[in-house]
Amino acid sequence: MEEIYLDHAATTYVREEVLQAMSRYYAEEFGNPGSFHTIGLRAKEALAEARQKIMKLLNAAKEQEIIFTGSGTESINMAIQGIARANKAKGKHIITSKIEHEAVLETCQYLEKQEGFEVTYLDVDKYGQVNPETLKRAIRNDTILISIMYANNEMGTIQKIQELAEIAKQHKVYFHTDACQAGGSLDINVQNLGVDLLTLNGSKIYGPKGVGLLYVRQGVKIHPLIHGGGQENRMRSGTENVPSIIGFAMALELAQAEREQENERLLKLRTKLIDGIKEKVPKIMLNGHPTERLANNANIAILDVEGEAMMLYLNEHGICTSSGSACTSLSLDPSHVILAMGLPYEVAHGTLRFTLGKRTTEEHINKLLEVLPGIVESLRKISPVNLTLEEVQCNE
Amino acid sequence: MSETIKIEQSETLGDVSAGSKAWFYTDIVKDHFFNPRNLFKTNEEAEGYQYDGMGMVGSPACGDMMKIWIKVKDDRIQDCKWQTFGCASAIASTSMMSVMISENEGMKVEEAMKLKPMDIVKRLGDLPTRKFHCSVLGDKALRAAINDHYEKTGQKEKVETEKVRMIDHIAKVTDHDIEEAVLEGAVTLEAVQKKTKVGIGNKSCIPEVEQLIRFYKEKFYGND
Repeated sequence: MEEIYLDHAATTYVREEVLQAMSRYYAEEFGNPGSFHTIGLRAKEALAEARQKIMKLLNAAKEQEIIFTGSGTESINMAIQGIARANKAKGKHIITSKIEHEAVLETCQYLEKQEGFEVTYLDVDKYGQVNPETLKRAIRNDTILISIMYANNEMGTIQKIQELAEIAKQHKVYFHTDACQAGGSLDINVQNLGVDLLTLNGSKIYGPKGVGLLYVRQGVKIHPLIHGGGQENRMRSGTENVPSIIGFAMALELAQAEREQENERLLKLRTKLIDGIKEKVPKIMLNGHPTERLANNANIAILDVEGEAMMLYLNEHGICTSSGSACTSLSLDPSHVILAMGLPYEVAHGTLRFTLGKRTTEEHINKLLEVLPGIVESLRKISPVNLTLEEVQCNE
Repeated sequence: MSETIKIEQSETLGDVSAGSKAWFYTDIVKDHFFNPRNLFKTNEEAEGYQYDGMGMVGSPACGDMMKIWIKVKDDRIQDCKWQTFGCASAIASTSMMSVMISENEGMKVEEAMKLKPMDIVKRLGDLPTRKFHCSVLGDKALRAAINDHYEKTGQKEKVETEKVRMIDHIAKVTDHDIEEAVLEGAVTLEAVQKKTKVGIGNKSCIPEVEQLIRFYKEKFYGND
């Protein structure tokens, strides 16, 4: 059975050309960039080249502004903890949103609990966007950092980052954005965006896992998270993961070069998917923003059936998706993103996320549209629930 | 969103294997999930089903809802049908329960009244620990159906109300105690444990306690 992967927001496969480029740096060019001999120097040069590539893509001003890390999660931890600790004399207030990735939320909660920081979690509207006015009202004299994600991992909703970053700038507060979901498909020029810090990683853009970066604008006061041999301009110790960094830089370069063309292709496929589900499955709702969303993301609530059950039935047909239901999370609650958008619990438990990508074809969408209606029908047959769209929508 | 996160846990390593095993259902669970037993075959059958008792628990907002119909003859459950809104564990455990109460010559009604989630879990060949809470509704729905049968047949003295159901036999905590604790503002497991000592000496009941806290929290405080 052919496996159909519609879960690209979870992670992506590594592109063939990226894998090729990386492979040399394991056994042949294995050097430590910190060594003074020829083998080390060659690794150092390769690392510098990757950094230059990324500098150009981000339109960063200085090499030192790019700090390679071990993951998106690590970059986020460094941004939040590093800014908090370096600026606590100025204030101990942080602002973020309710729909951030756990890497942001858990780090903020840790700082609240363990280090006495105060955190404001901004509400979002029903599409999942932060209102710039809400942000303005939340800023206090002791606010030191604002961290708002660029695009959401569950809904694909894109935030008005330029506008939000401009507000931060006016109030002289540092602005960080988690751009992990946006790296392959949106503009990541930090001068256009106006951000002080930006997180990216390899595993969502057809690059390797276990590598990320934190862009830190020159002059920003920040502490490192990992101490040791002083790599990355003393900001992130540990021998550089040369093969992964090379793969990451190449994957980002390719994704950025192809993004407009690929977005257009994915948008067509997604439209087909959404229109097809609307046509073939009664009582569904499209969650998130109708237009301001990543081209590859469709998040759909299907009434009267539970998400994990649908996901596992799809999996039996070789189709990989994910769900926002409580049963796919570690808590008893459904997705915090869906709840923050004001959707009622009974809707949240029945959501499916489809995220398309490079290998997604029209045949994949056809196959999904062929099997999903039958799955929903059979699960509805054994469900005692019979909601109407009107009653769940008036709950909003 | 935030109150479910327990920072304290990070101070010990915790159960490292729990996360990795969480997705592996046994073959029996899979079988009952993909081929659920004792379903209505048609709408006509559902509409015309002559039952002696019907029970329903949960709500779609909780993520689980179950409805069970039973036919009783000579104090034995002769036949049953069910409907479940829920995940794979919930569907499989209701299906397995329907088999357990109706197989052979049918389970005695008094015996069915005593069925526990763990009995069903055992027959399923185990469930991932964090999925236990998905299996605690089936037996409740069954008891509601049996009570319904008792009421209809004038055996009111046999009706067992859920309020006196013992949740923790060691600490002697009933679901009514948990309801009271939630009403008094304890909405996390820790807070309820402080008030009731539930699950402290008897950890096996914790998944059920958590489910109850969720139910009562929603009942009294809404979805926020």
